[in-house]
Amino acid sequence: MADVLVYIDPSGDAERLLAFARPLATGAGGEVVALVAGGESGADGLTGADVVLEMSHPALSPYLPEAHQAALAAAIEARKPQLVLFENTTAGYDLAAAAAARADLPFVGYCVGLSVHDGEAESTSTVYGGQLLATVRTTLPAVFAVNSTAMHDVSGASGRGERVQLPAPAKLDSLRTTFLEGFVPADEGVDLTKAERIVCVGRGIGGAENIEIAQELATALGAELAGSRPVIDSGWLPKVRQVGKSGARVKPKLYLALGVSGAPEHVEGMQGAELIVAVNKDPSAAIFNVAHFGVVADLFDVADELTTLVS
Amino acid sequence: MNIAVALRLMPNPGDELELDGADIDREYVEMVMNEFDDQALEEAVLIKEATGATVTAVGLRAEGIEQALRVAYARGADRIVIVDAGELDPYDSRTAALAFAQAFRELKPDLVLTGVQTPTDVFGQGAPYLAAALDWPQVNVVVGVKLVDGRAEVTQEYAGGRLAVLGVELPAVVGLQSASAPPRYVSMARLRQAMTEASTETLAVDVPAPARASTIESLDRPEQTAGAKMLEGGPEELATQIAALLREQGALVS
Repeated sequence: MADVLVYIDPSGDAERLLAFARPLATGAGGEVVALVAGGESGADGLTGADVVLEMSHPALSPYLPEAHQAALAAAIEARKPQLVLFENTTAGYDLAAAAAARADLPFVGYCVGLSVHDGEAESTSTVYGGQLLATVRTTLPAVFAVNSTAMHDVSGASGRGERVQLPAPAKLDSLRTTFLEGFVPADEGVDLTKAERIVCVGRGIGGAENIEIAQELATALGAELAGSRPVIDSGWLPKVRQVGKSGARVKPKLYLALGVSGAPEHVEGMQGAELIVAVNKDPSAAIFNVAHFGVVADLFDVADELTTLVS
Repeated sequence: MNIAVALRLMPNPGDELELDGADIDREYVEMVMNEFDDQALEEAVLIKEATGATVTAVGLRAEGIEQALRVAYARGADRIVIVDAGELDPYDSRTAALAFAQAFRELKPDLVLTGVQTPTDVFGQGAPYLAAALDWPQVNVVVGVKLVDGRAEVTQEYAGGRLAVLGVELPAVVGLQSASAPPRYVSMARLRQAMTEASTETLAVDVPAPARASTIESLDRPEQTAGAKMLEGGPEELATQIAALLREQGALVS
């Protein structure tokens, strides 16, 4: 069948992914088929799908990678889609490549563009942390994972909305993974999502000993200090100060990025800021594609001068 | 308890990448340990310290892997193994995972840790591929691993920092986003000592020829379509321009 099977992630943006799938289904001459595994994802509100496959089993919610893997394998086997689409969320990282391997289909991840013609897909993927774009040609059927930043438009096009119950595979009764508990870590009094101004440091800050320079600027600007993933993973700033895919999604009035490369995972968390000013010594840094104003310079020189000026 | 860490390489994040057809120009690029595999290695060493497990660092033969494995040894790995699967396409993460899987069938670890992703796994992440090849359970995007009563308890991270703890029967594959503590610093003296002390084992494996149903046609720099307006000048001039800009746009505290 020439359908596009869309995996609905309980933590993802289902309607935007369904909207992304619509032109692909048209191109492939098929329908948009959504897979809703477990009650968490909610099949009721999905207007963008022609067919909603629903699978119920206690192991499917809360989300468990092994259980959702089994559900996907059953759905791919039942519908034999031309394309299988994931959003690049945690579930996407868990499931997309594995689903491709198990169904013996090619897989392309980190897609920011995807089109279908004559049984082939042409896609564009971010590679090397967003520094470069790869143009990829793939023989269908195939599996794709789409970066959240690429799913811009909700077309408003409604699908037929037919609902089909898919039987739960027997594998769901003999899983080797169990859900123990879910929680949200304490915010320690920091809420970047409410900050009006943010100074964010990236790998270019160089080390924990230089954080103070950015902190002084943040204080002078009345801003919260934040970090990109490499800064947090290196322990230079606490996790509550992370902006990006696995941290806070922020929309401040001002976002001043110091030494931030602009990896897609970071951009996902800050592209909604009203004014983005980026300082980076690398003129080809991807952050300049999303910033409104850019400065190619040593961040320490600029930060010192700016702190003096606004203090 | 034996933990294996699957280590891959990435260009040094400080190196500027030059294009060379459908690849980067590799001549002047230093290949270093993939940053997320670095996190996986740290988590393995933390588990070793807590439980007495042994840690085997495993990498595929390629320029730079020996150095990365010796760094792993200096950081606390007990054993380092180079898997020789012949020449592999650096973007073919699926065949790489098959090579690792072959090695793990021989090395028989109880738990494999690896990074959540590499900067080049456009054709798929290593952890899910590896688990599919071995038919082991897998959890990716993990920020902490503990061994409790003969199984792994892993903390998986979701959008916005929400977390869940999952119990996973062993053997299993876990993809690390970050370790429970930042990767430790290793002194140059310790690194030099590891260079002479560590003995590298080599394991030859056979992998099937890649399917080639998907190919990279070109690599390009992103077009600067809606790119930033660039400000020019020395540090002082730049700071003055930024301050003026923030004032104009109402971004300063009034």
